[in-house]
Amino acid sequence: MEFGEIVSVLLQGAVVTIQIVAMALPLAVLMAFSFGLIRLYAPTPFKQIAIVYIEFFRGTSALIQLYWIYFVLPFFGITIDAMTAAVVALGLNIGAYGTEVVRGAIQSVPKGQYEASIALNFTSSQRLWRIIMPQALVNMIPPFGNLAIELVKATSLVSLITIGDLTFKAKMLADTTLQVGEIFGVVLLFYFVMAQFLVFFIRRLETHLSKGLGRGGLHS
Amino acid sequence: MSAPIIEFKNVKKCFGETVIFSDFNFKVEENEIVSIIGPSGSGKSTLLRILMTLEGIDGGYINVAGESLWHMPWQGQHVPANNKHLHKMRNHLGMVFQHFNLFPHMTVKRNITEAPMRVKGVSRAEAEEFAEKLLQLVGLADKADSYPNDLSGGQKQRVGIARALAMKPSILLLDEITSALDPELVDEVLDVIRNLVKEESFTMLLVTHEMYFAREISDRVCFFDKGAIVEEGEPEAIFTQPKEERTKAFLNAYIGQ
Ligand SMILES: Nc1ncnc2c1ncn2[C@@H]1O[C@H](COP(=O)(O)OP(=O)(O)OP(=O)(O)O)[C@@H](O)[C@H]1O
Ligand SMILES: [Mg+2]
Repeated sequence: MEFGEIVSVLLQGAVVTIQIVAMALPLAVLMAFSFGLIRLYAPTPFKQIAIVYIEFFRGTSALIQLYWIYFVLPFFGITIDAMTAAVVALGLNIGAYGTEVVRGAIQSVPKGQYEASIALNFTSSQRLWRIIMPQALVNMIPPFGNLAIELVKATSLVSLITIGDLTFKAKMLADTTLQVGEIFGVVLLFYFVMAQFLVFFIRRLETHLSKGLGRGGLHS
Repeated sequence: MSAPIIEFKNVKKCFGETVIFSDFNFKVEENEIVSIIGPSGSGKSTLLRILMTLEGIDGGYINVAGESLWHMPWQGQHVPANNKHLHKMRNHLGMVFQHFNLFPHMTVKRNITEAPMRVKGVSRAEAEEFAEKLLQLVGLADKADSYPNDLSGGQKQRVGIARALAMKPSILLLDEITSALDPELVDEVLDVIRNLVKEESFTMLLVTHEMYFAREISDRVCFFDKGAIVEEGEPEAIFTQPKEERTKAFLNAYIGQ
């Protein structure tokens, strides 16, 4: 098979991988924020639900979660297509880790910031969204960046539920053409480029959000 | 004489097993400037933090401006205050912190205008105009667009004072506002307070280790030890003729330094 053809098939796979990342990442962020905030501020029963979610998705393998959602849920009458299953499984999985990122970042904002915002009589939601969160976001960006890269890497699992992502196409090509060197070389490069794109984007975001916070110093 | 603006009645405060105040009584008159001095751990900060509603109490009552701070009337009874009541009561109070606690993600100007706009609903134009005045008062008119991390400690604390004043509190609480500063920066901050009380009357409660400042600015000085006022009176009396042994020992240790 010609190299150009290989690249074009793999590109189709890469597009699918990017689609999954593009949908799973917002889901993960949504889960991370909602359950992170629930863990910190909600009444105990809700906190317990959050803990079950977090520990379940962190404590079992992503592949088994994917299998469950795709193969087992249909036995309970819940049938979803492979793409949705992939997005849901990966989004929930990465979201569970993200929950701890959100919680940790909020808790790392110095206590003095809460106290000053109480002294200035901000309401509790103003405190969270205007004072604490803007500072916590900056702390969240690097670990969220790592999780986003984890997500890109984890998408290769979806090839096991018949989705034609980058890994799936690569294996298919490798099985038929045996040009494994070229194929997996290109695959490696594609994953790397996707990760680098995320890194670039995350750096930009970090610079943007850390205005005023850059020059360190605990006591501001 | 009118009712005191601050009154502690039989207040009890514990941290777990540690009793900070067991039966604390204390009054401050309107427009009175009271300095609190005393050894570390004697409960000075806790007193201010209780007033600023940063710490609750475990017994007794506190009145601020004629209303109970930590309690409210409900169906003919006195019950612990809810958020709404605390929100109302905090309007009387402002606090300046030892470690400034400025909001690092906001410019100096926004540090000062944010609360008046969001909490009091003051218009942006009005809040910014007042912020400019306050920045002039603290000598930082040229720093409005800087971020806190670009300021010196003394400048940060002057912003801290401006930020508290922006809410127009009738009671100002100052907790060791110069003790995190390099010695050469202390006076620029104290000068702001000196000017402030010259121009306007304030009820002010300050915890300080700057004895000369306490002596010149206060109407009354309270010497605190182990959660109780050991001795109080006019600054001249406390600093030149302390009656209690513990006060003498504390002041000697300070002068000795
Ligand atoms: N949140 C807390 N939990 C437990 N103990 C506390 C807490 N805050 C203060 N304390 C204790 O209460 C006592 C009084 O503390 P406080 O900060 O009021 O002292 P202070 O007079 O301001 O001392 P300093 O001059 O060192 O600032 C201290 O023994 C302190 O360790
Ligand atoms: Mg203190």
